[in-house]
Order: sequence, then structure tokens, then C-alpha cells
Amino acid sequence: MATESATVSGPQSGGFEEVAQREHAAGVGPWKLAMRRLRRNKVALAFLGLFVVLVAVALAAPLWAHNVAHTDAYQNHLTDTLKEGGKTVNVVAFNGTPVGPQWFKAGGRFFLGADGNGRDIMVRLLYGARISLLIGISAALITSVLAVFVGLLAGYFRGAVDTVFSRVMDVMWAFPVVILGVALGTALNLGGLKIGPINVQAGSKLIPILIIGFVYVPYIARPIRGQVLSLREKEFVDAARAQGAGSLRIMFTEILPNLASTIIVFLPLAVANAILLEAYLSFLGAGVQPPTPSWGQMINDGISRITSAPHLTIVPGLMLVLTVLSLNIFGDGVRDAFDPRAKVRMEV
Amino acid sequence: MGRFIVRRLVGMVFVLFAISVLTFAIFNVIPNGDPALRLAGRSQNPQVVETVRHQWGFDKPVYVQYAKTMGKVFDGSLISYTTQTNVLKEIRHDITRTFALAIGAAIMWMVFAMGLGLFTALRAGRFSDRFLTVLALVGISMPVFWLGALLSYYLGFKANIFPNGGYVPLDQNPAQWAYHLILPWFALSVLFIGVYSRLLRSNILDTINEDFVRTARAKGLSERRVLVRHVLRNSLIPVISLWGLDFAAIIGGGAIVTESVFDIGGVGSYAADSIQALDVPPVMALTMFIAFFVVFFNAVVDIMYAWLDPRIRLQ
Repeated sequence: MATESATVSGPQSGGFEEVAQREHAAGVGPWKLAMRRLRRNKVALAFLGLFVVLVAVALAAPLWAHNVAHTDAYQNHLTDTLKEGGKTVNVVAFNGTPVGPQWFKAGGRFFLGADGNGRDIMVRLLYGARISLLIGISAALITSVLAVFVGLLAGYFRGAVDTVFSRVMDVMWAFPVVILGVALGTALNLGGLKIGPINVQAGSKLIPILIIGFVYVPYIARPIRGQVLSLREKEFVDAARAQGAGSLRIMFTEILPNLASTIIVFLPLAVANAILLEAYLSFLGAGVQPPTPSWGQMINDGISRITSAPHLTIVPGLMLVLTVLSLNIFGDGVRDAFDPRAKVRMEV
Repeated sequence: MGRFIVRRLVGMVFVLFAISVLTFAIFNVIPNGDPALRLAGRSQNPQVVETVRHQWGFDKPVYVQYAKTMGKVFDGSLISYTTQTNVLKEIRHDITRTFALAIGAAIMWMVFAMGLGLFTALRAGRFSDRFLTVLALVGISMPVFWLGALLSYYLGFKANIFPNGGYVPLDQNPAQWAYHLILPWFALSVLFIGVYSRLLRSNILDTINEDFVRTARAKGLSERRVLVRHVLRNSLIPVISLWGLDFAAIIGGGAIVTESVFDIGGVGSYAADSIQALDVPPVMALTMFIAFFVVFFNAVVDIMYAWLDPRIRLQ
């Protein structure tokens, strides 16, 4: 997956500054201007709305599971039967083919059909949404925090600190993200992780979160470092230093607020990429471990049965594409509004 | 030029060394538990684990372990304890298939992206531009393996227009070779068509207002010639180096999942199978070789750039 700095701002953007100037609207800060620009971008807002709906749907998973489907994400219904137009149908036929979408014919049970183990796809999809979104959002937050930390230290102190961080970033950069994620996932899923007080069991959901959070750090830390390098030469930093502020204070109260717009531009794209990478890792077997559902995991299950039950592949994939697309389009709008020249480039 | 090459290659050697250390750390130091147990694979008898421990030096200090591991990876004696096969032999056997997939896809995405980028730039702001720009974003948002699985099911299995996966060697039957690879090439390209067409579109919009383009028009060149020889050519310069990097990177990313979906049986399929089985020796070797390949390829691209553009040599 990749997202880059491309779009030339459309005809609608760029007008607010002129309006503000013409109306002598004193004191309209860059934040307000950016928010105004974002608010005018209806497409971006519509896709933000879609993403919010998807999150709400994921949060409502137990409601559907308890009140409509009357099952959970793990329960097998291999021997259950359904009434379909007067005749009885097995949830999983004797040749192993699961039933397709039932919509409301079975009272909401097997709304989107069953998988090879007789589990309710709709319920798994909703719980999978929780896992995929949880991993995507927390990994993106971890990436941002680590990247800001590394970028601040490297850019502010320069010299040896910068050399060490930058060389480590260079080496990480040499690994394509999927293979680095896969290597870490394979190694950690066999033994778990134990560094000091951190103790993660093999197969835990924390493993993909930590891996994905870690793998993308160079992609965000590099541009932030570059920005810090130029910010530290600005007058307001000299002023703070003249007032006697120490390095920590300058980094966190003077420079950090100036990085906010960059971080805001990165965040939606980072979440989108993290969700995609989770799918890649789970598809390959190095991410979320079965039977826990995640979208990538479900697609992986589905592909082995695609000829007899294509809905097992299509449904989770569509959810994934909708989620990532909504974040990508919203992220594009955020970039146009906050920092059209931001260089964002991430890949799966 | 000579000095630049030497400097670049020395830098490369350090990065290669660092990669080998990081790979070693990922598999043998960072995870919890006994590395010998991990390498021997799931459900191995204690005797094999003991042999692995001794052969890899896990009862010795870390630097001995590192040296022994590197020795095994590079002298060709690395074997998978799960399948009892030689890892290097497997990789060497499969590598042509992976390159056939990656090179074809790289050419395909560049050609499509050039067409799409030029088209959308010339119609910037119109409906067709916006529609194609959103379509490019859809392509960027799709996991390669999902798209590949659907293509192979609908066009291969159901409609029977394309073969349903598999690979035919080029020297056996070139037509069948290409026929079998069209869908995988396309599936792998879609993401990059999205990325590159957007990138090219903005580059072209920047270039099209340059003075030399106006001059070219003023001296009476045909519009087609202006667009291809002056605008497109100059917009491509920053994209080409990216192309080299992405070509190297897909071998460690998109190609793995594409191969496993289309059953191509290259290095990517080997990687995917090994990961599913949590078979550590092949995953370790592949991780290292792929990173090596990326670094090596980047160095080649850099040197070619320095040769084309002398300003880079002095940086």
C-alpha cells in the first residue's frame, strides 16, 4: 500500500486566505484556516463519516451477536440446520460447503452465511472489525509516538545521536515492510516477547500491534527529523534558549507544537496502512493467530474455499477496502487542508 | 565518478553488515524462549533440538552464534528442519519465477501509470480526472492478495478466460508463459498504478508550466511531441528512481502474496509456505536475502543516477 504526496490542490482550496485578507479578518490562525478548508471538502468529510459508521458498527458487534445472531465469533454450528423455504438445510453441507448469505430468512442467523467451521460470518466480520481497527489504530498511535520521539531527539541533538538513529532507520528502511513484519511475526509467535517488564505471550494480539507500530517508524520519523532540523534554527527557539529553557523544554513546548500539523496529516494514512499491513501479516499467518477473527485472517480462510463459497473471501475484503479507502480519502483531504506539501509515503 | 562509486559501495557494505546483525537479532535474540527449539520447528524430537543447539552454537556466546548463523546462511548448508530440504537450493530453483513476475509487473504498472498520469493531468479538475483519481485511491486501498484471489476466481475459474493459476517456464512455451502471468502481473500492478499515476499527474502539472515547454511549443513542435519528449520525459526523472526502489521492495512484499494466490511457485510462494508453517530457517534466509537485494539494487540505481546527473556525485 502506498500513499504519496501528489494531488495538486483543486480549484476550491486556497481561497480562504484571500477571503480572510479581503475581509480584514484579523487573527484567523492557520488551524482555523485548515479546519475551514477541511470543512469545505465534502468528499473527505463524507468518507470520514463512513469511517465513523464503520467504527460504530464494530463497537456494536456484541449487540448483533447476542440479540440477532444468538452466537459468538468462535462457536461452531457444524451440525445445525436451517429452514430454507420449507426444507431443511445443513449449515455446512456434507461435502464441506457452508451456506451462503441468509439475510433475514433465518431470523438474522447466518446473515452473511457460514464459514467452513459453521461459524456465523456476520458475527465474525463484526468482531474481526474490532480487532482490525484496534490493531490499526493502536499501531498507528505507537508509530506516531515513537517517530516523534526519534525525530525530535535526532533532529534536535544532531551529531552522534542523529547518526545512531538515522543509521538504524536506514537499516530498517532496507527491509520491505511486509518481510520485516513477517520476520518479527514468525519469530515472536513462536516464543513470545520478554524485554524487561514487557512480557507478551506468543499468539497475543499485542504482537501484531507492536510489530506494525515498530515497522512504520522510519517512514514518519524521517520527515519529522527533517522538520525539527529546520525548526531548531528558528528565532523562537533562540528566544526560548535566551530565557534559559533547557533542551527538554525546547523540544516539548517549543518544537513539538509546530509538528502537530504534520502528525495530523500522517495519522489517518498511518491507520490505513496499519490496517492493510495487519491484513497482509494475518493472511500470511504471521499476524493475528486463529481462531481470533481479523479481516486478513478471514480472507485467508476464505481463499481456500473460494470456488465453493466465494462470499467468504468477498465480504471481509470489501469491509477492509471500504475502511482503508475511507481513511485514504479523508487523509488526502486532511493533507490538502493542513499541509499540501507534506511528503507522505508509506507502503505495504 | 570513481570516488562516488567507492564511497557508495563502502556505505553499502556497512548497511549489509547491519542488516545481517538485525536479522540475527530478530530471530535469535529478541524473542523469548529457546532459539534451538524455534529453529527446529514445531514438534521436533529432543535429539534434533540438541543437534541444532550444538551446530548453531546456541550453547556459546552471542558472537559465536552470529558467526555460525551467517556461515550457515551463506555457505549453502542451511536446511529447513521442518521439511528437511536445503534452503538455498529451493531459493535458487524458484528465483526465475519471482523475477518473471516482478519485472513484468514493474513494466506493466509504469506503462499504465504513464498513460493514466498524462490523461488525468491534461484533464485536471474535470470529471474524468476526479473519477480516475478516486479510482487510483481504490487501487491503493486494496490488498493485493484479495484482488488477486477475486481475479483468479472470476476471470480464471468462472469465466475461464485466463488460466486458473500456475506457471509455465518461458523456455518451454513463451505464449503460455505470458498468458499465465497476465493476471498476476495485473494484480500486483494495480496498487502501483494508483501510486505512480497520482505522482506523475502532479509532476506533469508542475512541468507543463515550465519555460522550456513554452519554448518547445513556440518553436512549432507538435503537441504530441511536446507532451512526450518534453513534459513526460522530465516528469519521469524523479519517478524512475522510485521505480527502482519499489521494484526491489515488491519482491519482499506484494510478490509473496501474489505468488501464493496464483500458485506461481517462486520464492514468494516458498516464503508464504514457510511462514504458514512457522519454519524459521527459510524465513530468516529470505528476510536477509531480500534486504540485501534491496540495498544492492538501491546502490545500482544511485550509481546510475550519479552517472546521468553529475550534481549527485558531489552531495
